[in-house]
Amino acid sequence: MIVEKLATRGPLGRWLPEAAAVVALIVFPSVFALIGGTADMADRILIWGIFGLGFDILFGFTGLLSFGQAAFFGSGGFMTAYLLIAGITENAIVALVIGTVFAAILGVIIGALSLRRSGIYFAMLTLAFGEMFYFLDISPLKEYTGGENGLSGVPATHVGIGNWFVELHTPEGMYWVIAILFLIGFWLARRIVNSSFGAVLLSIRENDQRARTLGHDVQKYKLAAFVIAAAYAGVAGGLFGLFQGYMPPDGFYLETSGQLVVQTIMGGAGTLVGPTVGALVWIYLRTALQQLPIIGPIWKMVLGIIFVLIVTLFRRGICGGIALLWDRIVGKEIQQTSMPAVAAAVAENTPRPRAPLTGKVILEARDLTKRYGGLTAVDKVSFEVVEGEIRALIGPNGAGKTTFFNMLAGAIPPTSGEMFFRNERITRAGSTAICQRGLVKSFQINQLFPSLTVWDNVRIPAIARTYGKFHPSMLRDVGNSEELNALIAQSLAAVHLSDRAHAPARELAYGEKRRLEIGLALATRPSTLLLDEPTAGMSPSERQDTIRLLKSIAAGVTIVIVEHDMDVVFGLADRITVLFNGRKIAEGPPDAIKANAEVRAAYLGNPVQK
Amino acid sequence: MNWALLWAQLFNGLTLGALLVLVAMGLTIIFGALGVINFAHGAFYMVGAYAGYVAFEATHSFVLAVVAGTLVLLLLGLVVERGLVRYYYRRPHEDQILMTFGLGIILVEAIRAYFGGISKRLPVPNWGGGAVNLGFLYYPTYRIEVLGIVAAALIVLYIVLYRTRLGLIVRAGIEDQLMVNILGINVRRTFLIVFGLGSMAAGFAGVINAPIVTVVPDMGTLVLVQSFVVVVIGGVGSFWGALVGGLIAGEIISLTAMVQPAYSEVMLFAAMAIVLILRPQGLFGVQGRQ
Repeated sequence: MIVEKLATRGPLGRWLPEAAAVVALIVFPSVFALIGGTADMADRILIWGIFGLGFDILFGFTGLLSFGQAAFFGSGGFMTAYLLIAGITENAIVALVIGTVFAAILGVIIGALSLRRSGIYFAMLTLAFGEMFYFLDISPLKEYTGGENGLSGVPATHVGIGNWFVELHTPEGMYWVIAILFLIGFWLARRIVNSSFGAVLLSIRENDQRARTLGHDVQKYKLAAFVIAAAYAGVAGGLFGLFQGYMPPDGFYLETSGQLVVQTIMGGAGTLVGPTVGALVWIYLRTALQQLPIIGPIWKMVLGIIFVLIVTLFRRGICGGIALLWDRIVGKEIQQTSMPAVAAAVAENTPRPRAPLTGKVILEARDLTKRYGGLTAVDKVSFEVVEGEIRALIGPNGAGKTTFFNMLAGAIPPTSGEMFFRNERITRAGSTAICQRGLVKSFQINQLFPSLTVWDNVRIPAIARTYGKFHPSMLRDVGNSEELNALIAQSLAAVHLSDRAHAPARELAYGEKRRLEIGLALATRPSTLLLDEPTAGMSPSERQDTIRLLKSIAAGVTIVIVEHDMDVVFGLADRITVLFNGRKIAEGPPDAIKANAEVRAAYLGNPVQK
Repeated sequence: MNWALLWAQLFNGLTLGALLVLVAMGLTIIFGALGVINFAHGAFYMVGAYAGYVAFEATHSFVLAVVAGTLVLLLLGLVVERGLVRYYYRRPHEDQILMTFGLGIILVEAIRAYFGGISKRLPVPNWGGGAVNLGFLYYPTYRIEVLGIVAAALIVLYIVLYRTRLGLIVRAGIEDQLMVNILGINVRRTFLIVFGLGSMAAGFAGVINAPIVTVVPDMGTLVLVQSFVVVVIGGVGSFWGALVGGLIAGEIISLTAMVQPAYSEVMLFAAMAIVLILRPQGLFGVQGRQ
């Protein structure tokens, strides 16, 4: 994005987006008037823009498509209007704050319910809950909300000190109040997006399962994003009622939620200013189209067609398109991150000799069993891994290796049996908690964050490692954390990806993706690493590289590895555990396993002579 | 306790529920087989009602109105699948939702532009006039017939889904879409047929319901929302889920209306919230399916 790029240019550039916003907001009314826009329209655009800032954090950055934002817009609006009309407070700002807090609290409740399902269900649930608020508004609560009539007669007030004040009931006066709130909202949203919290939100959009296994409490992050969006909606709704002097039941309509979605897509999701641009297009076109002779009656259909075309052909929207064009013309500018630790990290990367094994058990499974209906995939497997060792887990296809591995990593719960890590019971702790304790799995099929750069990919586990599973610090720029940068640089150096740091993950070659996959796990600074077929799909030379890589990693980490390639297994492992038909049939040093008759029989299919 | 009122509301709940079952069934088989949730499904239902209205004005035959509404929706479904939906199978769910949502806007506004916003009426057919004495209750004949018609339509759908090769493929697709592809079944044609079938169910429901409600361009919104609730309560992709969920939804709305009319719609969402807390995958849903 343009603003993001410019923002990296020193302290002056950092404030450039805000400075640009100030200028734009100041000149907007006069420029807008030139093309026939009115102050009334300008106010509406900015109110939708504030509404959209929160929605973009929810949808554009976290990937959660909600069709129920009207619930919070309406709630904030009616609460603000009611407080003023009932005379509970005469201060419009106080009413607005209470309305916003009210919307945020409702956001916690509706968010907690809707986030019990993901994807399509989330969209359906938010739409349904949004409608629930409409029905609450028009029927049981109509004593307070005026039902179908809405709340009229919001008293005309002004905001200011002494002689310096603006009238809230004129569109011109209201503009400056809305503009200042928009500016605060924009500044806050930018801070949120650029914080470690925002980085995790992006990773959830890209691959929420992976964010979870890297030690992030994804549910909490999603709920926080939902509440933020609800609060923004509450502010926008409150302003809407103040500005019109009337809060209509339309605030709760599905159309309100829908219009927000449409504007965000038109303007460009994930750009923060996109929804405002979308609102400008929608509101201006609506007025302009309505005045045309033939198109007038079908203006909304025309906008609907434009919307479907944008979704189908131009999903980035207007602002996303401009950013793309900018990249093409100016060329991609490589971000220069200050990372004094990089050199040190690379130097540190020369393989150290492995420390002698202490003999202390770090990971233990006791009678671990997994049944799927009548099928027993893993049958009472017990094993102990000693600190610092490299343990290979082998067996023919269908032996239960992957199931066993997934249980260890907390991805699936065992049917029975127990697991211990560093003497703590982790049997049903779940992958997030297990990762936080230092046991992490790298996947057989790459699970990356495809549109994030390599650097930003590794930042996700680094955040989990440094700040824990939920870190709602939203104001600190994540790029400025030396601690994080050092950890990212070290992890990248360890998997030989330092020179690819600024490439998007999806553009990497296959071997590089495999290394990044391991790098993601490494950046959680695990004490034990579970590697699921790290050399799957690799060429022989890539395999050799990977073996060297794993040996260098093993200096400070315990490794359990599932692998089909026997060269890799016998070249790396201190001890080998063999699974067959869900049971453990052998365990010992490589030479003993090579000589074991039962293992040979399992692989070659000979009947075992007893 | 007013027993006649209770019976009347139970029957109202049954007819409302039966229609929700039909609409939700279309939604759920499309989602189950294609993985696409059609946010324009409510608009489809509305277009069905209008098609029925036009056919009735031209022929004064209710049966022909039902046939027209169903066929128009079959056609609409086929055109939309070929023209739009099929380009979305490989795109994220969010894009599918956005596209069908936009399609819904276009359909509603097109109908509004052509027919205006004033409500139309499709009269109750002459074989459905009057009321029937059930012994404990006088109940409008047409509403009882609706129960029969919907039951017959559901039996047809059941047979198609559970007793034909097509149905086998659809149900296999609900279990594991990738595997069905690998087995070399012409999924594209199956998808087309399923989308047409699901749309037909919405159109059929639209015409059958038209004499009970008023026909307006926005009539699909509430039905869409309610059928979402049905699908969440019953579990997506499940025939029995849609059936039981729809009847539960109908009864909740009707019975609450008797006790606390102001809360009749709100109660439905409360029920959905309770299902979400206790059994997030829905009454008949399979755990873990996304």
